[in-house]
Amino acid sequence: MTELILGPFNRVEGDLEVRLTIAEGRVQSARVSSPLYRGFEEILTGKAPGDALVIAPRICGICSVSQSHAAAAALRRLGGLEPPANGRLATCLISACENLADHLTHFYLFFMPDFARPQYRDRAWFDQAERRFRPITGTAMEAVLPARAELMHLMGLMAGRWPHTLSLQPGGSTRPLTAAELLRLLTLLRTFRGFLERHTFGDRLESVSGLDGLEALGRWREGRAGDLARFLDVAEDLGLAGLGRANDHFLSFGAYRSPDGHLFPSGVWDGVPHALDSRLITEDPSHAWMAGDTRAPAQGLTRPAPDRPGAYTWCKAPRYGGGVMETGALARQMVAGHPLIRDLVARSGGSVLARVLSRLLELAIVVPEMERWAQALRPGEPWCRTWQHKAPLPEEGSGAGLVEAARGALGHWLTLRQGRIAAYQIIAPTTWNFSPRDQEGTPGALEQALVGVAVAEDEDTPVAVQHVVRSFDPCMVCTVH
Amino acid sequence: MNASRQDGLNLLWLQSGGCGGCTLSLLNAEQPHLYQQLDQAGIRLLWHPSLSLETGRAVLDLLAACEDGREPLDILCVEGSLLTGPKGTGRFHVLSGTGRPMIDWVRGLAARARHVVAVGTCAAFGGVPAAGDNPTGALGLQYDGDLAGGLLGQGFRAAGGLPVINVAGCPTHPGWVLDTLLALSLDRLAAPDLDPLNRPRLYTDQLVHHGCPRNEYYEFKASAEKPSDQGCLMENLGCKGTQAHADCNTRLWNGSGSCVRGGYACVSCTEPRFEEPGHPFAETPKIAGIPIGLPSDMPKAWFVALAALSKSATPRRVRENAVADHAVVTPAVRKTGLR
Repeated sequence: MTELILGPFNRVEGDLEVRLTIAEGRVQSARVSSPLYRGFEEILTGKAPGDALVIAPRICGICSVSQSHAAAAALRRLGGLEPPANGRLATCLISACENLADHLTHFYLFFMPDFARPQYRDRAWFDQAERRFRPITGTAMEAVLPARAELMHLMGLMAGRWPHTLSLQPGGSTRPLTAAELLRLLTLLRTFRGFLERHTFGDRLESVSGLDGLEALGRWREGRAGDLARFLDVAEDLGLAGLGRANDHFLSFGAYRSPDGHLFPSGVWDGVPHALDSRLITEDPSHAWMAGDTRAPAQGLTRPAPDRPGAYTWCKAPRYGGGVMETGALARQMVAGHPLIRDLVARSGGSVLARVLSRLLELAIVVPEMERWAQALRPGEPWCRTWQHKAPLPEEGSGAGLVEAARGALGHWLTLRQGRIAAYQIIAPTTWNFSPRDQEGTPGALEQALVGVAVAEDEDTPVAVQHVVRSFDPCMVCTVH
Repeated sequence: MNASRQDGLNLLWLQSGGCGGCTLSLLNAEQPHLYQQLDQAGIRLLWHPSLSLETGRAVLDLLAACEDGREPLDILCVEGSLLTGPKGTGRFHVLSGTGRPMIDWVRGLAARARHVVAVGTCAAFGGVPAAGDNPTGALGLQYDGDLAGGLLGQGFRAAGGLPVINVAGCPTHPGWVLDTLLALSLDRLAAPDLDPLNRPRLYTDQLVHHGCPRNEYYEFKASAEKPSDQGCLMENLGCKGTQAHADCNTRLWNGSGSCVRGGYACVSCTEPRFEEPGHPFAETPKIAGIPIGLPSDMPKAWFVALAALSKSATPRRVRENAVADHAVVTPAVRKTGLR
C-alpha cells in the first residue's frame, strides 16, 4: 500500500490536489482536494441584489457567463421577470459561445496534450498525436487559437467582452444588435462551423450530430480525417471506454432555454430518466474545512473551519436525494437522450471516452442551433425588460437560478432581506463532480471514477489518472468559489 | 542574472486567489495568436498552470530550481490575489502537492525574478476577493487596495530594478499583458513607463471614455435610464468611464467590444478598490441630482454649467434614441449635400 499525492495538477482550471492509495498496481481509494478558498458567498452577503451580476461572474474566468446567467436567473425567479424573445435568444447565444469555446479549449489545450507524453512513444498513433497536440507548439494550435478567438467575437458583438460581462440581466440582454451586426454574427458562426467541419470532424456537423449509435460511429470513422477520428483511434488503443467510470448517475439543470423551450432538458438519469426535483439537493460539509451540517442550499452556510477533523478540501459535498451525481456534457446528453451517448453508456458506462465524445458532439449539435437562434433575432424589437415602479424587485424573498455551464449543473440560491442579499449559496458543476466524501463516507464522482485505475510502478504522476481527472474538464475555481 | 542569454526570456506563471480569467482572456489574443506573439517576443514559458504539459513532480522540481537559483527566472507572472488568511497563515491557498501556502512560494520566487508582473487587479491590488469583509485576507503583490505594501512590501524591487508591474484589469485585455511582456523583452519598460500605481502607461495614459461610441449622448447629457438603452451610462447607470484609466474603447475587446459597447457601465476594473465602490455598481451616486464622480480633470462648476447648457441644446434624435434600444430617429438626410 503506497500513497501518492498529485499536485500541482495543471490543465485544469484552478488548483487541484489528488491523493491516491495504491496497491497491486491499482488505485484503491482517492481523495480529491480543492486547495483554494476565496469566500464569494460571504462577500455577496450584504450587497445590493444587482451587485451579484458584477461579483458572481468573477468566481470563474472560464465559466464567467454561466455564473452571470445563474445570478440573473436567480434574481429573475425572485422578482418574476420574463425576458423578451430577443433577450432569451441572446442569452442562448452568449451562453453557447462560452460553452463551446470551453469545449474546444478543453479538448485541444487541456485534454489531448497528455497523449503527447513520452510514455506513449511506442504507440502507433504517437507521432501524429505528438505533432498535433503537444502544448504550445502542436500543429493544431495554428488553427485552434484563431478559431477560438474569432468565435469569441460573438462576445465582443453581443456581450461587450469576455470574460466578465454585465450584459446578461434578469430581464434579458443590455446589447441590442442592429441588422448589420446580425449579419456579422451569422458570418462568424459560419466561420466557426467551417473550422469544426474542416479540422475537428472532417464532415458536416449534421452528419456528426446524427450518429445514432456505436455502429454508426464505427462506420463513420473509417478513413475519416479530423481530430475526433484521431481521438477515437487513441481511445480505442488505450481502452478509454473502460476507464474512469463513476456511478453513472447523471444530473442536468437544462440548457439553452430559447422561446421554444430547453434545447437540452433538465432531469436526472440513474438507469432510467426522472424529472428534476431541486428540493432533493443538499450540501454536506462533513469532509470540508467548513462548519455546519447537511442543509438544502437555500438554508446553506459558508463558514470556514480550517481545523475541522476529517476534512480534506474546501469543497462541500452536494448530494441529490442523498446520492452522488455526475454532471456535464455527458450528463446533459444522457438526460436529453442522445442515441449515440445512450448506446455508449449502456455498453460500458460513463467513461473518459463518453465524457470527451459528449463534448465534441455538443459542438456539432449546438452550432447549427446557434445559427437558428441568430436567425430568429429581431432587431428593433425589445431585448431587455426591467422592474418598474409599480412592480419593483421585491425587498424580501428567495430565488434559485439553475442553469447549465459547459461543465454541467450550476445553481445559485439567493435570499433577499430588506433589499439586500442576506444569503447566497452556489453549487458549481465541479462541486458535484469533485465532491469529497459525505457523512456516510460515500466518495464523490471523481473519487469513485479513480478507483481501479492502473498505476505503473515507476509513475509518480500516473498518466491514466490524469486522463480520468481531465475527462471531467474540472473547474476548480468554481468548485469552491 | 545573465541578461544576454541567447534564448530570450523565460516566464513562470502562477495562479492564486483569482478566477483564471486573465489567462483565458490572454487566449483571446489575435493577429497573431498568443503562442506566436510569445515566440516572436522571445519569451519561453517555463510553466503555466493552464497551458503546459508538466504536472506534479516535474513542476515541483522546476519550482524548486527557480527558487534556489538553478533555473534563472526572468519573468514571474502572478494571477489572482494573494490570500494571507486565515490569521496570517495563508492556508486559504496551499499550493497543491507542496503543503506550502502560495504566499510563501510567491515571496520566495519573487526574490529571484528579474521582473515580477501582477496580471489582473487581484494580483495588483487585491481585487474582488478583497470585497466585503475580505474574508480571506486578500492582498495584491505590492498594494493592498490603493495602499502601497501588499504581500511583498512597499520597498520591494525585482532584480531588474522595477517594482511589481501592475497590469490591472478584471480581466486584463490580452494586449495589455502581451505589450508589457514584449516591452520587457525589448528592454523598453523602465520606471517612467509606469504610472503612479505602477501600471504600464502603455494602456493607462487613456480613459475608458476615450473612443466611447456613446460620446454624442455624453456631450448632450442624453442619458440611458435602463439596461439596453443607447444613451450615456454615466448619469444613471453607474458608468465610471470618464475616470477609469484604460484604453478599452480604442483597443477594443474580442474584436469589436468593450463594456460600454456591450451596453453596461464601466465599473473601473483597472482601479484599486473598484470592487467596493460604496454604491450599487449599476447606479450612479448623486448629490442634489448631480453625479458625485465627475470626469477626471474637470472642475465641478464647469461640468454643471456645461451639462445644463448641453441638455437644453439636445437634438430630438439624440434625446429620443438615448432611451430606446434602437435608433427610433435616424440622422437626417439632407438634399443640399455636406459642406
